[in-house]
Formats: sequence, structure tokens, C-alpha cells
Amino acid sequence: MSNASWEALSNQAVAACGVVYFLALLAHLVQWAGLRRLAADETVTTGRTAMAGRLGVLLTVIAVGIHAVALLGRGMAADPNRVPWGNMYEFTLAGTFFVALLYLLFLRRFALEWMGPLVVALVLSLLMLAVVWLYEPVAPLTEALYSYWLVIHVVSAVIATGAFTLGGICSVLYLLKERSKADRGYLARVPELASLDRISYRMHAFGFPVWTFAVLITGPIWAHQAWSSYWNWDPKEVWAFITWVVYAAYLHARATAGWKGRNAAIVALVGLATLWFNFIGINFFSSSSQHSYAAPVTPAVVRIDPAPSEAPL
Amino acid sequence: MTQQQTKDTGGRDRQATPMPTDMNARELARWTWRQVTSMRTALVLLLLLALAAIPGSIVPQEDVDSIGASRWRDAHPKLTPVYEKLDLFSVYDSPWFSAIYILLMISLVGCIVPRTLVYWRALRSRPPAAPRNLARLPEHAAYTTTDDPGDVVTRAAAELKRRRYRVVVGEDSVSAEKGYLREAGNLVFHLSVLVVLVGFALGGMFGYKGGVIVVVGSGFSNDLTQYDDFVPGSLFKGEDLEPFSFTVKDFEVDWLTEGPRAGMARKFVSTLDYQESPDSETKTYDLRVNHPLTIGSTDIFLIGHGYAPVITVKDGKGDVTYSGPTIFLPTDQTFQSFGVVPARFAKPKQIGLEGEFYPTFALGDGLPRSSFGDLVNPLLSMLVYTGDLGTGDSVYVLDKTDATPVLKANGQPFRLDMRPGDEIDLPDGLGSVSFDGIERWNKIQISRTPGKLVALAGVVMALVGLLGSLFIRPRRVWVRTRRSESGETVVDIGALDRSNGGDPERGELELAGIMETMQKTGEDAT
Ligand code: HEM
Repeated sequence: MSNASWEALSNQAVAACGVVYFLALLAHLVQWAGLRRLAADETVTTGRTAMAGRLGVLLTVIAVGIHAVALLGRGMAADPNRVPWGNMYEFTLAGTFFVALLYLLFLRRFALEWMGPLVVALVLSLLMLAVVWLYEPVAPLTEALYSYWLVIHVVSAVIATGAFTLGGICSVLYLLKERSKADRGYLARVPELASLDRISYRMHAFGFPVWTFAVLITGPIWAHQAWSSYWNWDPKEVWAFITWVVYAAYLHARATAGWKGRNAAIVALVGLATLWFNFIGINFFSSSSQHSYAAPVTPAVVRIDPAPSEAPL
Repeated sequence: MTQQQTKDTGGRDRQATPMPTDMNARELARWTWRQVTSMRTALVLLLLLALAAIPGSIVPQEDVDSIGASRWRDAHPKLTPVYEKLDLFSVYDSPWFSAIYILLMISLVGCIVPRTLVYWRALRSRPPAAPRNLARLPEHAAYTTTDDPGDVVTRAAAELKRRRYRVVVGEDSVSAEKGYLREAGNLVFHLSVLVVLVGFALGGMFGYKGGVIVVVGSGFSNDLTQYDDFVPGSLFKGEDLEPFSFTVKDFEVDWLTEGPRAGMARKFVSTLDYQESPDSETKTYDLRVNHPLTIGSTDIFLIGHGYAPVITVKDGKGDVTYSGPTIFLPTDQTFQSFGVVPARFAKPKQIGLEGEFYPTFALGDGLPRSSFGDLVNPLLSMLVYTGDLGTGDSVYVLDKTDATPVLKANGQPFRLDMRPGDEIDLPDGLGSVSFDGIERWNKIQISRTPGKLVALAGVVMALVGLLGSLFIRPRRVWVRTRRSESGETVVDIGALDRSNGGDPERGELELAGIMETMQKTGEDAT
């Protein structure tokens, strides 16, 4: 297959998985509309409502499969072939993929059925944003990005981002449910506070070491090779560090009795805000970042990579 | 520390501490120490550290982006003095930023030391005796059997050992504990934060970072005088420079001519001949981005490149007063570059040139510009000055304070537009300028970062410790037997999960598993 046809395949796959995610969302909406009529402690295992739920998960599995094809296509379309996370469009594509994939992987283990509609809606909206605002044609990477550390560094950062995002969803629901007195409907059906808190903790406990690996081990190793200094206090690094410190504070907060639950959830969401700000905000607000996608300012000596688009992390 | 552990470690009950107002000096000191090393303080300091790191990502930092910083200063003359007072241009080595992390480190040491002692004792102690009422534990199960209580206890001990518990067998009960490594992981993690900091500090004190622009074909030897810029660590001494030298033999770039990134350069390769010391053999290395050359403990990086037009200036008397490759600094991705030629020894008058080099000259919207970075249609375009050119602090700037532009007869500035090989006479018998050819230069960064492996070892240690601390689940299990009135044996099993996130389902599963095996082996025995 030619590069152009790989690229076309990727674009079609993005559109197709968007449609399937949308169908999955519809199925989950039907499911939850059905569940609304029941008391919160009643479960259904047969009939239309249960079918819709299972259909939602099945469609999500299919969508994630097509999503994977979209990523593969991006990588294969480049010459030379490469990992599909060279710009923000691709990073969003990869990030949403891992959010959806982790949700499916943890579905059984943490009984995450209730999270289906939220995850699918989030992934779908991010994908749409990516297609509308972030799309860029496939292009070769700039020189500094040709390193296997790019593969390891970014993939771990994306996985951690996925886990933190899922954990953040739990924390939001914790805060919402804490204030809600409803005995029916969505909030009444999500797991009780203690288990939301616990699931959230475990997502974060999974994400934190991965993030540590991404930003404090592989990031500096790569930075050392490419930029001659393993830690530059570059804005992207600063915010990755801030995120790390906030999540360390979250784990501490959880470890002290008084900070379980509500306060911990707030710290977790602060962490998530710093994480997303780092991904999106810094690219637009900071011109000095070596990670910047924005058009480079004029440096005294043009770096070897004054390219318009560099690694997101 | 969790409440649970606070109790275990001898019950330092913080609530009961008296307030500072009714304490003597010694008590006050102890109170302060306790506050500093308390978990809440650690938490606040962590959040504070995150907060304190923010300004440095918004205000351009002197060390990271000195041009950005000076531009910012020019744009905000009113705020600049305030910002300078607050060290906002060098946040990460400012006293207030340091204060936060030093406090955090003190707190950390204050936390690690006592906990290590406690841990040491816990390691050698036996699993605690069974609480009186196992049914009140969070995880509990019970069954009744006709087996002999002694057999049940033996079987329970065997099963718990098989599950890697440390077991103490009592008369009618078994106490078991596992997951000791969790606390070890936690200690290792916190300790490694200190290790990372030591590594980081070593780099800051004994390392250096320097840059030099080398014209392809010429060489460099590692000596302070040869650097264009040099930032030493606070304790760095000049004699620590390793005595290597290298010559840039060749430099190659691939220019993309099609596709969405047309115009981008790729595959920069700089071929170096180098010697580790003046009397060692010469070796060759292909220096590329992401592939630094390491000599001893010094790393050499290729971080930039550009053009150096070869320019010769003859003065009014016909003598060559300036000749050689002149480094032009690129100002954008098309490698349109800016450079100056100060011919201070020209007679009768000094001659200064200042202007642009276009690797691929084109007119865009009527303005001269470069449309591509490679040498397709090179053009040198410079204005001429004469008069006093000053002493020249920078080789990239022409000091024109006491110089005047050379004009054409019609009063327009005299501009040299030259292609390689051209030679042009200057007006008024000033002399002539020739553009003899184009060479390339490489910007080479040379740095030594002692402690980088210490820091790396530290973060790897931190990760390992973290995994232990997050995923090893410390648990205690007790089994107790008693005879019921009807003569049967009642077996109580209780468990306490002491890990942070807990995992009730897995806990229950384990308990059920233990019970099942015990019952099964019981049946097998009968
Ligand atoms: C650089 C500063 C610090 C960082 C990055 C940090 C990070 C962490 C992390 C990520 C954990 C989670 C591990 C777990 O949940 O078991 C943790 C736990 C813990 N930290 Fe820190 N910490 C720091 C400073 C401190 C200080 C100053 C203290 C003492 C006051 C402290 C005491 C503890 C304790 C006791 C735990 C274990 C809590 C438990 O029993 O589960 N830490 N720390």
C-alpha cells in the first residue's frame, strides 16, 4: 500500500470509529434511560435494557479496534514509518485510544460498566475536536524525534494520561454523588462513594508510576541525548513536574485519614487540570518550549530542529 | 502516616500536643520539629512546590531562554525591577524556591529516619497476637467442623505459609502477616528523592555547559578560551576540562523538497576526527542529533548549523584587511541569515559590512527573502559602513554608533548584492569586497553533567520503591479455634488489609480460598 492510501485509510478509520463510538453512546443512553425507571439497587440482566448495555460495550470494542487501525495507518503513511504521535492531532488520536482501551481492560476488574457512557462521550468529543481543529497531514518527524526514546516516552505518557483521565472521571463522580440525594438515575447507580474513591485511587496508583517513568526517567534520558541536558526547566517539563508533584500529593492525601474522599478527589482533579493544561495550554501559551508546536520564535542560533511541529511531550 | 500506622509506631498522637504558647524552649523545638515532619506539612509543602514552579513556566527564564528574558524586560520596564526582586527570571535557583524544597527535604529526612527504625523493629517482631473478637475485623469468615482444633491450627499454618505469610502458631490460634516489603518500598522511594537531589546538585556544582561554533573543516580543542559561551557550575574549576580536541571534517544535510514538510532539513551528520588527549590516536565519529559523542565524562552534541560566506575585504591601499569564512546566524527556517564584517584595520578608513545571506534568494511580495534552506541560489546582500567601528564586543553585531553608511551618488545607501565569485569596488576609494565562496558551520554543545547517573539511579530506585509501596499489600490474617458447647470446633478467620487502596473483593477471595483449602484438607484427612 502506498503512503497516500495508508493516510486515506487512517482518515476513513477515524471517521468510522467516530460513528461506531456514537452508536455505542446511543446504546448506553438507551440502557441508562431504561435503568432510570428502576430503583437504584435493582439490576437487570435480561431484556432490552441489559441488551443495550451489552451492545454498548460490544460497539466500544469494535470502535477501539477501528481506532487502532487509524493509528496504524498514520504510522504507516509516514516515510519512513514511525510511531503515530508526532503532532497534536496524532497525540489526541493516541490519547483517546488509550483512554478507551484502558476502560475496556479495566472493565471487568473494577466493574466499570457505569463508566461506559462517560468514556465513550469523552472519547467521541475529543476525536471530533481533533479532526476539526488539530488535523494535520502526515509528515516526517523532525530530526530530534527520531529516537526510540520517543516511542517509550510518549507511549508511557499517553498511557498514564489515559489512567489519570479515568481516575479523574471517578473523582468527578465522587464529588457529584456526594452532593446528590437522588435515589434513581445515573448518580444513584454509580458505585457508592467508598468504592468510587477506591477505584479512583487505583487508577491513580496505576498511572503514577507510569507517569514517573515517562517524565522522570525516559524524558530526561531523551532530553539528554537530544538537547544536551537532562532537565532544562522547559515549560513542558515544568508542568510535567507540577503534575507529578500534585499526584504525589494526591497519594499522600489518600494515605492520611483526614484527606480521603472529598479532599483527595479535589487534589486529583487539580492534577488532571495540570495534566491537560500541559498538553493543550502550554503549546499555545508558551513560545519558549522546545516541545512547542507553535511557530518557533527566532532564536539566536537556530536549533537543528526549528520545525513547526515537535513531540507533544 | 495513616492512623493505623501511627498507632502501631507507638502512638505519637498529634492532637494531644500542647499549643506552642505554653511550652518551654525545648518543647517548642520538639513541637516545631514535629510540625515540620508531619504528614500534613509534607502535603502542604508538596502543593506549595507545585505552585512555586508555575511562574518559571510563564516568565521567560534567564537560564533557559535568555533572549526571551531580555525581550520581556524591554517590553515591561515597570514590572522588571519588581520581577527581579522576586527572582522571577531565575525561579528555580531563587532563595524562595530553594526554601520550599529544602524544607521538604528536611521534612523528608525527619520522616524517613524514625520510620526506618520503626520498620527495622517491625521486621524482627512477630506477627501480633490475634485480637479477641475476630468477627469485628473488616474481613471475617467462620465455619464449624468436627476436626480436632489442633489439626485445624496446623493446617491453617501450613496454608498461610504456602501463601507466603510469616506465621506464628499459638495454642489455639495462628497469627500471620505478609507484605513487609511495602514499607521498605515506601522508604526506598522517599530515600531516592534525596538521591535524585544529590545527583542534580552534583551536576549544578561540578558540571559545565559550553557552546562553540565551528566552521566545517576547522577544529576545536577543549580549552576555556575556545568557547563562545560557557556556563560553569558553582564549584567548577578550569583544570577539570578534559584535554580532547576534534576537527569537523564534513557536514551533510538532507533537505526535503516535497511533501508537507518541504523545506525541512533532516539527517544532519557531522563527521568528527577526534583525539581524547593530545597524544592519543585519532578516531572518527558521525555526530548526529540524538547521538552525542562521549569522551571520558564529557558529552559533545550537534545542536545547530548554518552558513559562513567567505568574504575578503581589501582596503583603499589594496591590502587584504579581512578574509575568511564569516559566521552568519540564521534568523528563520529558510536559513536567511544575518552577519557582519568589521574590517577595523582597513586604511585609510575602517570598513564595516552588515547584512543578509540568502541560501536560495527569491523575491516574495517584492521583498528579498530566502525560499529554501539549501544553497540553490545563494546571494549575499550587505550595507557598507565606514568610520569608527568601536572595539567590537560581539562578533555578531556591528557597532555603528560612530560609523556612517556609505552612500551611492544618488544618496541611496550603497548595497553589495553578490553571488559567489563576485568582487565589487567600494565608492570613494575605500577598497573592495569579494565573496569567494560558502562554508558551513556547526554549533557544538559541550557539557559535563556529573551526577547524571546518580540522578538516574535515584529515579529508577524511586520507581522500584514506588511499585513496592503501591502494589504490595500488607495483610494480617488470624485463625482461631474453639470448642462449641456441642463439642464441634468453631473456626474463626479474620483478616486486616493494611494497604492503602484496599481491595475488598480480592481480600474476600483470599479469605474464602484459605477457608476452602482448610475445609478440603480437613475432609481429606478424615
Ligand atoms: C519530595 C517529597 C515527597 C514525595 C514526592 C512523596 C511522595 C509520596 C508518594 C508518591 C507516596 C505514595 C506511596 C503510597 O501510597 O504508599 C508517599 C507515601 C508516603 N509519604 Fe511521601 N513524599 C514526599 C515527602 C514526604 C515527607 C516529607 C513525608 C513525611 C512527613 C512523607 C511521608 C510519607 C508516608 C508516611 C507515606 C506512606 C503513607 C502510607 O502509609 O501509605 N513523604 N509519598
